[in-house]
Amino acid sequence: MHRPDMDPASPAAAVPLVQVQSLRKLFPVGGGMFRRARRFVHAVDDVSFTLQRGESFGLVGESGCGKTTLGKLLVKLQPPTSGQVRVAKISPGAIPAEQALGWWDLARLKGKELKSFRRQVQMVLQDPYESMNPRRTIYDTVAEPLAVQHLGDVCERLDRVSQMLELVRLTPVASYLFRYPHELSGGQRQRVAIARALAMEPSFLVADEPTSMLDVSSRTAIMNLMLEVGQRLGLSYLYITHDLAVARYMCQRVAVMYLGKLVEVAETEELLRNPQHPYTRALLSAVPVPDPAHRRQVEVLRGDPSRPVDPLPRCRFYDRCPLAVDHCRDTPPPPLEAKGTDGHLVACYRV
Amino acid sequence: MNHDGRPPEGFAPAGRTSLWAARVRLALRSSRETWRAFAANPIGVVGVAIILIFGLMAVAHPLLMATLWDPTTYDPVTGFGFDEISHPAPPSWRHLLGTDPLGRDILSQLTASTTSAFVLGLVAALVTVGIATMVGALAAYYGGVVDAFFMRLADLIIILPTISLLIVLTALLGLNLFQLALVLGVLGGFGGTAVVIKSQALSIKVKPYIEAAQLAGGGPWHIILVHIVPNLLPLSLLYMMFTVTGAIFSEAVLSFFGILHIRMSWGIMIHTASTGGYLLGGASYWWLIVPAGAAITLLCSSFYLVGRALDEVVNPRLRGR
Repeated sequence: MHRPDMDPASPAAAVPLVQVQSLRKLFPVGGGMFRRARRFVHAVDDVSFTLQRGESFGLVGESGCGKTTLGKLLVKLQPPTSGQVRVAKISPGAIPAEQALGWWDLARLKGKELKSFRRQVQMVLQDPYESMNPRRTIYDTVAEPLAVQHLGDVCERLDRVSQMLELVRLTPVASYLFRYPHELSGGQRQRVAIARALAMEPSFLVADEPTSMLDVSSRTAIMNLMLEVGQRLGLSYLYITHDLAVARYMCQRVAVMYLGKLVEVAETEELLRNPQHPYTRALLSAVPVPDPAHRRQVEVLRGDPSRPVDPLPRCRFYDRCPLAVDHCRDTPPPPLEAKGTDGHLVACYRV
Repeated sequence: MNHDGRPPEGFAPAGRTSLWAARVRLALRSSRETWRAFAANPIGVVGVAIILIFGLMAVAHPLLMATLWDPTTYDPVTGFGFDEISHPAPPSWRHLLGTDPLGRDILSQLTASTTSAFVLGLVAALVTVGIATMVGALAAYYGGVVDAFFMRLADLIIILPTISLLIVLTALLGLNLFQLALVLGVLGGFGGTAVVIKSQALSIKVKPYIEAAQLAGGGPWHIILVHIVPNLLPLSLLYMMFTVTGAIFSEAVLSFFGILHIRMSWGIMIHTASTGGYLLGGASYWWLIVPAGAAITLLCSSFYLVGRALDEVVNPRLRGR
C-alpha cells in the first residue's frame, strides 16, 4: 500500500489532521470526597498547534513536562479541563489531498462516535512491559481492537493479526501468535504493541516514547520500522520523546515543551540549526557530541524545573532563564508567536 | 482488509478449529504449569489428599447403603442397631464407630454428612466469590458513588455478628442447607471478601493494558470482563478456599444449636451427643464426638491448606521462598 503521492513536504499534504486549541489539563493536588482540591498541577497549559496530514510531529521535553498527558488528551484517554481538540475524519485508505469527511470534536465524542474515532486514532503506550494483559496471548492482544470493533470474523481476524505481525517483523508468525507477553523480549513486545495500534489502519498514531524502555540496540530497529510502516500506510505521527536525536531521525516538525507549555515549534532541521528559545538552546547544548576535541559553549541553566503546581502567572522558564528581565516576571506567559523564518514559532519576550 | 494479500509465511491457512486447538493446548499447558508449582508445596498436596478422602466417603455412603448396609439398621436418621444391648454402644465389628444415644450407626451418619458439607461449602464459596469478584471489579472500575456504596455496605456486613444473625434468620425463616449456603455466600460476597478483591482490582485498573483496551474502543463491560476479572480470578480462587472453611464451620455451629432444617450433619451428631449429656462424660463416650469433630476440623483445615498453597502459587511475593 505504498503511496508515491504521499510526500509530506509537498503542498498537497498540507491539510490539517489534528487541530489543538488552547488545550489545558489540570490535575488536582490532594482533595477528596468532602474536600475540594485547591491546588492544581498544570500538566498541559494553554497548548495550541496543528498537525498536518502525513506529517510526523515530534514532541520533545524533559520528564514531567506534560508530554504524555498531551498525548493522552489527543486520543481521548483523558478528558481535558478546557480547550478543544479536533481530528479530521478520514475514510481509511483516502489519499492525503482528499477532503476530510468532517471533524471529530473530542469533547463531544461518546458511544458509537467514540468507537469509530478509536479506529482512526491510536496510541502506542510507553511501557511495553505493562501495556499487555499478561493472561492474553499475542493473538488476543493484537486482535483485541478488531474484536471490540466487531471487524471480521475469527478467521479474518487471525489472517489480519498474522499480517500485522509480519508487518512488524515478528516472523515466523505462527511461532509468536500463541505466546504470552512474558515470553517475549522488550523489543518484541513493542513490536506487538505497534502491531496492535496499527491493526485497524489508523490515520493518526500517538507514539509515547516507544523506544525509551528499550535497549539501544533495538531502538533503531523499532524507529526504522515505524518510519517504514508510516510511509506505507500514510500515517501521521505525534512522536513523543525526550531525545532530540530520536526526534531528528523521526520527525519533520518538532515542538519543545516546558512545564506544560509549548515554548518553540519549528521544522526539525531549522530548530536544531537555529534554536531561538533559551530552553531549546540549553537542551541542544546538552546533546553529547562524539568528538573529544569538541569544546562547546554550555548554556548554563540554574536549578531544576520548578514544580508545576499553581505556577505564577509569568513565563514558566523565568526562574532558570539566562535572558530573563523584569518584564518576563511581571507579565503573563509569552504567547507562541512566529519569529523569523516561516513557521518558526517561539514563546519568549526576549527573542 | 488486506494489506498486500500475501499469506503470512510459515502459517497454514488456518481457521476456527486450529484457533481453538491452540487455545486448548495453551490452557492445558498453563494448568500443567500451575499444577507443577502447586505440587511443589507439600501443604497443598496434603490438603488435596484429605479433600479426596472425604470425597471418597461422600461417594461411598450411597453405595454402602445400596449394598452392605441394611437401611433399617444403618439409615443415618431412622436406623436402629437392634443387635446392641444398650445405646450408645462402643465401636464393634457391626458398628465400626459405635452407635449414638438413639441407636444409629455413627459411621453411616459421618459419611452421609460429608455430601452436605461439600455442597454447603462449595455453594457458599461459589456464591461468595462470584458476588465478591463482580462487586470488587465494579467498585474499583467505576469508583465514586458505586465504590462508596459497596464499600460502606461491606463495612456494615463486616460489623454484623454473623452467627447471631444466622440464628435469628433460621428462627424466622427456617433455613435449609441450600438456603444457608446462599445466605452465607451473600454475606461473604458483599462483605470482607469484596473489600480484599476490590483492593486487588484497583491495582489492576491502573495498569496500562486497561488504557490499551480503552484505546481499542472497549467499553466498561469489555474491560471488566476481559481484563479485570480474569486477573482477579487467582485471588478469587484463593478466597473461595477460605470461604469453604467458614461455611462448614458456621453450619456446624448452627446445627450444634439444633436450629437448622437439615437431615443429618456433623454438627447435628455433636448436638445429639450434647443434648443427651454425653459431652460431660469425658473421654468415655469418645466415639460420639471425635469422629464428627475430627471430620469438621480435617475438612476445614484441608481447604485452608489448599488455599495457603494456592496463595503461594498466585502471589508472586510468596513464590519460591
